[in-house]
Amino acid sequence: MDSVNFDHAGSGVTIPLALKILIAGGFGAGKTTLVSALSEVRPLQTEEVLTGAGIGTDDISGVEGKSTTTVAMDFGRITINDDLQVYLFGTPGQDRFWFLWDELAFGALGAVVLADTRRLADCFPSIDYFEQRGIPFVVGVNCFDDARRFNLDTVRRALDLDPDVPMVLCDARDRQSGKLVLISLVEHVARQRGEPVPAA
Amino acid sequence: MTWAEPPGPQHEWLDNDAGPVARPYILTGGRVRSAADGFDLVAFVLAGSDLDPAAHPRLLPEHRRLVALARRPVSVAELAAELDLAVGVVRVLLGDLLAQGLVAVHEPPGAGKLPDDDILKAVVSGLREL
Repeated sequence: MDSVNFDHAGSGVTIPLALKILIAGGFGAGKTTLVSALSEVRPLQTEEVLTGAGIGTDDISGVEGKSTTTVAMDFGRITINDDLQVYLFGTPGQDRFWFLWDELAFGALGAVVLADTRRLADCFPSIDYFEQRGIPFVVGVNCFDDARRFNLDTVRRALDLDPDVPMVLCDARDRQSGKLVLISLVEHVARQRGEPVPAA
Repeated sequence: MTWAEPPGPQHEWLDNDAGPVARPYILTGGRVRSAADGFDLVAFVLAGSDLDPAAHPRLLPEHRRLVALARRPVSVAELAAELDLAVGVVRVLLGDLLAQGLVAVHEPPGAGKLPDDDILKAVVSGLREL
């Protein structure tokens, strides 16, 4: 462990290290479902406020007539131990909220892109986003009951994915299935650093 | 929070996909920016142990709730969810508390600083045990 954990002013309180993982994908691909399946706490929602007046200014007084709107972001938490927590953030679905992604992605360990084979193109923008920013990601192909089962290689070709990006079939409703997706992401992150995580 | 007048049809943010229309920054007196930078979603907030609320009569109830929740380390995202306030509003309120020395904020390591291998290993084995 490095120095991010420390004793707060001698009071014996340890500040945990929180790792951020983004859960992305098209609308209805199962982002909220996956966060719910994995979170140890009731999934929480946090909201960000969008106000046309607020961008680039410090004060909205005098423009009270301007409307604001809020965007909800789901998040969940997995406690690994006293010093370490994993936070899962579901990304806002609509394209116009990209600027919120930048905040979510800042310092993130990596991302899971959920793909729905019935609407594969919906996850293209997420893949582009993480590729362009060099954020490690894995693709979770969410197996919806009524979807045709595709061979993973076929999906990989359709997504034009780099060969080293892991793809995992998953059921976003199932905790065991979801955790395997997260494990493949963390192992992918470790591989990218050139330090493979041995199978425990 | 539904003090909304009907949004104009031309408003680019507002349609059926948008969330509720609200004026959340009333709480902060119209301040949009926090007095301090930072407050990452996964920054941890911790209140001072020797806080005397009586010494700070001007605190809003929301400020007091934040301090109460931060008796143990708690993330900014969780504080916002717990108070059911937008993250931006919570950041302004936390900035007030920080300026008065009532809370300490511990930011995460930030971009470009990947956790070391021991941490990744701990995450993998922790996830396997789920």
